[in-house]
Amino acid sequence: MIFLLIGVPVLAGIVAFFIRPGWMPRLLLLAVAVTHAGLTVSVWMVQPAPVLDGWLLLDAPGQLFLSITSLLFLMVSIYAVGYLAREDWGSRQDFKEGLLFTNARESVFVCCLLLFLGTMTLVTVSQHFGLLWVAVEATTLVSAPLIYFHRHVRSLEATWKYIMICSVGIALALLGNFFLAVAATFNGQEHIPMLLENLMDNASALHAPWLKSAFIFMLVGYGTKMGLAPLHTWLPDAHSESPSLVSALLSGALLNCAFLAVLRIYQVCAAAGMDAYGRSLLVGFGLFSMLIAATFIVRQIDFKRMLAYSSVEHMGILSLGVGLGAGGVYGAMLHAVNHSLTKAMLFLAAGNIIAVYRSKSTREIRGVFSVLPMTGVLWVGGFLAITGSPPFGLFVSELLILKAALDQGRWGVAIAYLALLSVIFIGMAAIFCRMAQGHASGLPAAGATPRGFKTTLFNEPLLSVLPPLALGVLTLVLGLYIPEGLHRILELAAAAVGGF
Amino acid sequence: MTDLSLLLGPISALVFAPLIPGIINRTKAVAAGRTGQPLLQLYADLLRLFRKGAVYSRTTSWVFTAGPAAGLSCIAVSLTMLPMGGVPGAMAFTGDLIVMVYLMGLSRFFTAAAAMDTGSAFEGMGASREVQFSVLAEPALLVGLAAVALAAGPAGLFDAAPVVNGFRSLSEIYSGLTLSVWANDGAILLLAAAALFIVALTENCRIPVDDPTTHLELTMIHEVMVLDHSGPDFGMILYAAALKLWFFLALLSGLLIPVRSENLWINGISTIIGIFFLAVGVGLVESMMARLRLLRIPQLLAGALSLAALALVLVLWG
Amino acid sequence: MKIVIEALIVLLILTNLKLIASSRLSACIRVVAVQGVLLGLMPLIAGQEALTLRIAALSGLTMLLKGVVFPWLLLKTLRSANVRREIEPFVGYAASLMIGAGLLFLAIWMSRQLPMPFAVTSPLIMPLAFFTMMIGLFAVVSRRKAITQVLGYLVMENGIYAFGLVFAQHEPLLVELGILLDAFMAVFVMGITIFHINREFDHIDADRLSALKG
Repeated sequence: MIFLLIGVPVLAGIVAFFIRPGWMPRLLLLAVAVTHAGLTVSVWMVQPAPVLDGWLLLDAPGQLFLSITSLLFLMVSIYAVGYLAREDWGSRQDFKEGLLFTNARESVFVCCLLLFLGTMTLVTVSQHFGLLWVAVEATTLVSAPLIYFHRHVRSLEATWKYIMICSVGIALALLGNFFLAVAATFNGQEHIPMLLENLMDNASALHAPWLKSAFIFMLVGYGTKMGLAPLHTWLPDAHSESPSLVSALLSGALLNCAFLAVLRIYQVCAAAGMDAYGRSLLVGFGLFSMLIAATFIVRQIDFKRMLAYSSVEHMGILSLGVGLGAGGVYGAMLHAVNHSLTKAMLFLAAGNIIAVYRSKSTREIRGVFSVLPMTGVLWVGGFLAITGSPPFGLFVSELLILKAALDQGRWGVAIAYLALLSVIFIGMAAIFCRMAQGHASGLPAAGATPRGFKTTLFNEPLLSVLPPLALGVLTLVLGLYIPEGLHRILELAAAAVGGF
Repeated sequence: MTDLSLLLGPISALVFAPLIPGIINRTKAVAAGRTGQPLLQLYADLLRLFRKGAVYSRTTSWVFTAGPAAGLSCIAVSLTMLPMGGVPGAMAFTGDLIVMVYLMGLSRFFTAAAAMDTGSAFEGMGASREVQFSVLAEPALLVGLAAVALAAGPAGLFDAAPVVNGFRSLSEIYSGLTLSVWANDGAILLLAAAALFIVALTENCRIPVDDPTTHLELTMIHEVMVLDHSGPDFGMILYAAALKLWFFLALLSGLLIPVRSENLWINGISTIIGIFFLAVGVGLVESMMARLRLLRIPQLLAGALSLAALALVLVLWG
Repeated sequence: MKIVIEALIVLLILTNLKLIASSRLSACIRVVAVQGVLLGLMPLIAGQEALTLRIAALSGLTMLLKGVVFPWLLLKTLRSANVRREIEPFVGYAASLMIGAGLLFLAIWMSRQLPMPFAVTSPLIMPLAFFTMMIGLFAVVSRRKAITQVLGYLVMENGIYAFGLVFAQHEPLLVELGILLDAFMAVFVMGITIFHINREFDHIDADRLSALKG
C-alpha cells in the first residue's frame, strides 16, 4: 500500500516526461491525482502495514499531512487541466516588463508535478532520518523546474534563490543528521538505528550535547525549507513567481512536509526530556516569523508576495503552537489542515485574477467583484478565512493556540501573538477589500482576455472556480464541525508530538 | 663552549655571502641558455666600489650616511646569534630570536629613513612599499618560527644557554630539529619552511615580489631605495643585502637539513652546502615565475601567514 | 600511518584556503575536484574498520562523482557562460585568507566544545570537517558569481561528508547512495539553471539578480 502511494506518482511522472503534450498528460495528471486520493482514503479505513523493516510507516502525523497533500493535489490537478488548456504555448509577452518569453514544455511540467507528489508522499511516510533527508532534498530539486515554468528573468531569479538557499539549508540539516548519529553511537561500534521508534525508545541514552546540536541544525535546515524567518528569504520570490497552482502546492503542501521533518526531531528531543529547550526555540522562531511577515504584508504591492508572507506568518503560528505545548499542539495540527486548504484556495483565486487582469499589482487592480464575481467572493471569503475570522476553521485553531498561551500564563507571548495577528489583519484588509470593491480598473486593453474565460458560472470557466470553491467550503465546514475521524487523527498526532 | 667551530657561522657568512647572488645569477643564466656573469662577480663589484669615492647630495643629512652603516652593522650583529643548523650561534641567549627579527627591522628602518632623507619621490615610494610588505611578512616569519620552536625536540648537545620559563634561544631550537622530529611532525616543518621561503623571497627582494634586474624605477621596491648611494656606501649596502640573504637561507637550510651529529664541523658544513643548494633553488624560482602585480603581493603574504598559522595550529592541536 | 592521515588533512585544509584565495574560476573548480578525490581516499586510508567491498565501492564512487563528474559538469557550464574570473567579490582575496585562518581557529574551538564520545582516528578530522563547511558557507555568501556559489555548496557537502568519516560509517548503504544521488542532482539542476541565467541575463553575477525586492 505504501509502495503504491509513492510508486504510482513517481512512475507516472517518468512516463509523463515522454508523452506528447495535449490532452494526454492532463488526463494522466488527473488520473494519478484521483488514484492517490483514493489510496489515501483507504488508508483512513485500514492502517497500512509498515514496510522495509519499519523504514516506511504511516503514523498519525504522517497520515494527517499525507491527507492534506493528497487533497490539495487533487484540487490543483482539476484546476491544472483548465489552466494548461488555456496557456499560450508559443512566445508571448511578459506583462510586467514586456519581454518576450515562453513556457516550459508541458510534459516537463506534468512530470515534475507528479514527481513532486511522489517525493512529498515519501516525506510523510519516512521514519528513518536519513531517508527523510533524501526525500526533502528531492522535493527541492523536483519543484525547482515548476517554479521556472514561465521562462523569464524574474522567475529565473526566484528559482536560483530557491535552489541555493534551500540546498544550503538542507545541507545543514544533513549535518544535523550526522550529529544525531553521533548522539546515538556508543563505544564506537554499537549504534541505535536512526529510526524514529528506536530513537524515541532509547532517548534517555542519547548524548545530550550532540542531541541539542542536532536539533538546532535540523531546525535551521528544515526551517529554511519551511519558511521560518530569518531563513525565509527565498519564499516570497518563489511563491510569487511560480504559476498559481504551483504556489498553492508549495504553500499548502511542501511547507507542511518540511514542518513534519522538524516535528520528527522534536519528537526525539521530547522523548529525551529536552522538550523545554526545543519549545523555547520553536516559540522564538514562531514569533519572529510572524513579526517579519507582519512587517512585509503591510503596504505590499504584489498580492502573490502578500500571500507568500502570509504563509510565513502561518508557519510561524504552527511553530508557536507546537512550542507552547499542551493544547497548543492540537491547535497547531488543526491549523496545518485549515491553513493548507485556505491558502490553496487563495492562490487558485489569485491565479484567476492574474489570468484576467494580467497584473499582480495591489495598487492598480480594482473591482474584482464586478469582473469575476465568483472569484471575488472566493477572494474576500479567503481573506476572512486566512486572517482567522469566524466561522472559518482558522479561527478555531488560532483560538486554541491562544488558549494554550494563556493557560500557561505566558502573557507576553499571547499579547505579541494577538498584536501581530491584528496588524496582519489590517494590512491584508486594506489590500483585499480595495482590490475586490469599486469599479473595474487595472484591466489590460480590450481583447486581451484569455480564451476560455467566457461561459458558465458567472463569466468564469468551471475548472478554475470549482477547486477553490470546494476548498473554501471545506474550510467553512471545519470551522463549524470537526468530523470524528479527523478529531481522532488530530488527537493522535498531537499526542505523538508531546501535546494532548 | 669555547669551540672554534662556533666561529664557523659568522666567518663563513662574512666570507661566502657575496657568493650567493653569484650562484643565483648563474642559475638564472643557465636556465635561460646564457653563460652569465662570473660566480665571483659580487666580490669584484665590492672591491671596485670600496676603492671609489662617494658623492653626497646637498639636500641630505647625516641620516643618509648613517643608513648603509647601520644596515650593515645590524646584519653583522645578527650573524653572531644565527645558528648554522646544528652549530649554535656564537652569542646565543634566550630570546635572541626576537632580537634578530627586530635587528632586521632596525636595518630596514635606517634604509628607509636614508631613502626618504634624499627627498626624491622614487625613493619615498620604494620605502613605503618595502615597509608595507615587511608589515605583512614579519608576522608570517614569527608565527612560522614559533611553530618550529614548539615542534622541535630537546636539544641534545647544546647546553650553554639556560632554558628560562620554557623559552629557548634560536640555536637551541635548531639543535633540536633532528630526524626524529621530522619523522613525527614533518608536515608542520614543511609548512613552516614554505612560509619561511616566501618571507625570504619578500625580505630579499626576489621574484615574485620584486625583480632585482629591473631598470624601471616605478617597478622597483628595494633597488630604488638605494638609488642615490654611491661608492663605499653602495658597497656596504650590497654586502649587507648579501648577508641578509645568507641569513634567511641559513634559517631555511638549518630547518630543512636535519643533520645533528656530535661533530659541529660536519653540521656546519652540511648547512653551508644546503645554503648553496637553496640559492640554486631561488634561482630556479626566479627563472620560472614572473613578478606578481603589486596588488597581489599582500595576498601572497597573507597566504604565507596562513601556512604559518596552519603549522602553528597543527603543532598545538594536532 | 599517522603521518599519512596528517598529510591528507593538511592537504585538505590547503585546498580550502586555495579555494577562497583563487579568482580564476577554473582553478577553483579543479581545487574542489582535488578535494573530492582526497576525501574519497580518506576512508580507504584512515578508516578504523577493516577494508570491505562496501567501503571500497563507496570510496570509488565518491571519488568518481566528486572528482570527475561534478567538475566536468561545472566546467561545461563555465565554458558556456564565457566567464573567466571572479572579479571584485564582496570580500577581497587577502581579507578572505585572513578570515579563512580565523575560521580554522573557530573550527578547532568548536570541535573542542563537542567532545566525541568515542575514539577517533585523528583529532584533526573534526576541525577539518567544520572548517570545510564554514569555508563552503563563506564562499556562498561572499562571492558574486553563481558558479562560485555552487562550488561553495559542493564544499559544504564535502565538509559534511568529512564529518561522516569521523566515526565509522553506520549509515545504511541506501542512505549513502541517496546522499550522493542528491548531490549529483543538485549540481545538475544548478548547472542547468546557471546556463539559463547566462542566456537570459548575459552574466552570471548572482548579486545582480535583485529585481525581486520587498
